[in-house]
Amino acid sequence: MNDGRLKAVLRALTGVVLLVVYVPLLLVMVNSFNVDRTFTWPPPRLTLHWWNVAAHSSGARHALLVSVEVALLATAIALTLGTLAGLALRRTRFFGRNVVSLLIILPIALPGIVTGIALNNAFRTMLGLELGFLTIVVAHATFCIVTVFNNVQARLQRLAPSLEQASADLGAGPFTTFRLVTFPMLRSALLAGGLLAFGLSFDEIVVTTFTAGPTEQTLPIWIFQNLFRPNQAPVVNVVAAVLVLLSAIPIYLAQRLSGDVVSGAAGAH
Amino acid sequence: MTSSAAQTLAGATGPRRGSLLSRSGGLRTGLLLLPPMLWLGVAYLAALGALLVTSLWSQNDFTGDIERIWTFDNYRQLWDIPVYRTIAFRTIGIAALVTVIDALLAFPVALYMAKVASPRGRRLLVIAVLMPLWASYLVKAYAWRGMFSEGGLIDWVGKPFGIHSPGYGLVATTITLAYLWLPYMILPIYAGLERVPDSLFEASGDLGAGAWTTLRRVVLPMAFPAVVAGSIFTFSLSLGDYIAVTIVGGAGQLIGTVVYANVGTANNLPFAAAFATVPVVVMLVYLAAARRTGALESL
Repeated sequence: MNDGRLKAVLRALTGVVLLVVYVPLLLVMVNSFNVDRTFTWPPPRLTLHWWNVAAHSSGARHALLVSVEVALLATAIALTLGTLAGLALRRTRFFGRNVVSLLIILPIALPGIVTGIALNNAFRTMLGLELGFLTIVVAHATFCIVTVFNNVQARLQRLAPSLEQASADLGAGPFTTFRLVTFPMLRSALLAGGLLAFGLSFDEIVVTTFTAGPTEQTLPIWIFQNLFRPNQAPVVNVVAAVLVLLSAIPIYLAQRLSGDVVSGAAGAH
Repeated sequence: MTSSAAQTLAGATGPRRGSLLSRSGGLRTGLLLLPPMLWLGVAYLAALGALLVTSLWSQNDFTGDIERIWTFDNYRQLWDIPVYRTIAFRTIGIAALVTVIDALLAFPVALYMAKVASPRGRRLLVIAVLMPLWASYLVKAYAWRGMFSEGGLIDWVGKPFGIHSPGYGLVATTITLAYLWLPYMILPIYAGLERVPDSLFEASGDLGAGAWTTLRRVVLPMAFPAVVAGSIFTFSLSLGDYIAVTIVGGAGQLIGTVVYANVGTANNLPFAAAFATVPVVVMLVYLAAARRTGALESL
């Protein structure tokens, strides 16, 4: 890679692609201050009015609350089940190992509409349940297990079993060993997996539309339903701008956590 | 299986509370696996099976109730009614186009990140590529609604050059999908290229190949499995999408919109279930093909 021209071309192309990546996000930010209710560019004047309106939008606030609650519950379930699965597959070479991995990845590997309609059908037709808060949590937890599982498994592969053996040698039972030895070694992997699970759940809309029912609204569903209403468009713009700003938080946390951002993202989907 | 050393240890310390768990690796594995497998088996695998079963049931046209009568009618409709066939092929075509666009855009970026940028620049670029991944998917699709709108940013930028926004439609959908999934293509190619030692490029240069020849004969073949790995994401995600097409697609229909309409307003779950199997079958074929290139190992 010593050709100066090739390097210049690559640099220019990278610059153009990144520009195209960030321009729409900047547009969202600017539009949240737009006096006008349409997307007409350039905006005639800027105002803070819509931010004030959005802060008092009870619909958006309630939806945000639901989203956070769903994401917390789904993450808690995913952390439990993902850790158990990760521990179970540690150093085991039984025939079903690949089947288990596949089963964990499947809810995220299949297109969202498939997972969504499968769960919708199971909840409504097969189990006769009303769609609502609980069905969203179950659906989200199902596709969030994989992020925790991936992180736990990757960490366990790098850990030598000698510490846990020493713990058992000193008379600790398996639960004490887990609490005092295994868990502390897993902690940052669990944080990373939990962070991804939370982000995945918080952002999800496809599976959610199929499992939410008419009464519960997560924030993405609220945005989606208000997107086409001209009256609500300015508030949607503000919420969108806030979400773009919030996306810096997980990046910052992931950086603090490991400095290894690529492996974190690989589990993102 | 627990190592034999651990078994000896467990035996040596004698029986105690919980020793059953540490002694028998198989039992331990089984107990640990039980909750997650129960969850995934009941909540997911059963749901998928039920979906398949439902697609073989029929719908009463008058009452809208599902009748548990076995039939292949839903699948026959998919093939016989030209509209659905067109929509299926159109969806696959758009997913393929999105994948090609993403591969073309991602390759130079990934190559620059992996082999040209300084270590500091590389770290910043990785963050720059990751950031939009965390920004809400819905917000990104919505952002493009603003870009494509009449008198919007694209119109404004293109005006001096006589370029107009394509408006809401399938072109807008393709561009938006390519935008949404681009990071999923950049990151695997970047990871794949980073693993290739620089000495290979030097060797190619020493043997008389120019930079472009090296690019074509050395870099591209080595990056290919990573491109295939990335394409699994871009292809699968595009196949199942119905949000982006609803937001920027105008009246355009894809598999996702038809499935969604049949679960909701049209309320024909058996037909929706049958149509939803199309992307699953396409993905299974695609994964089988990808497996042959060795791309799955580089995921």
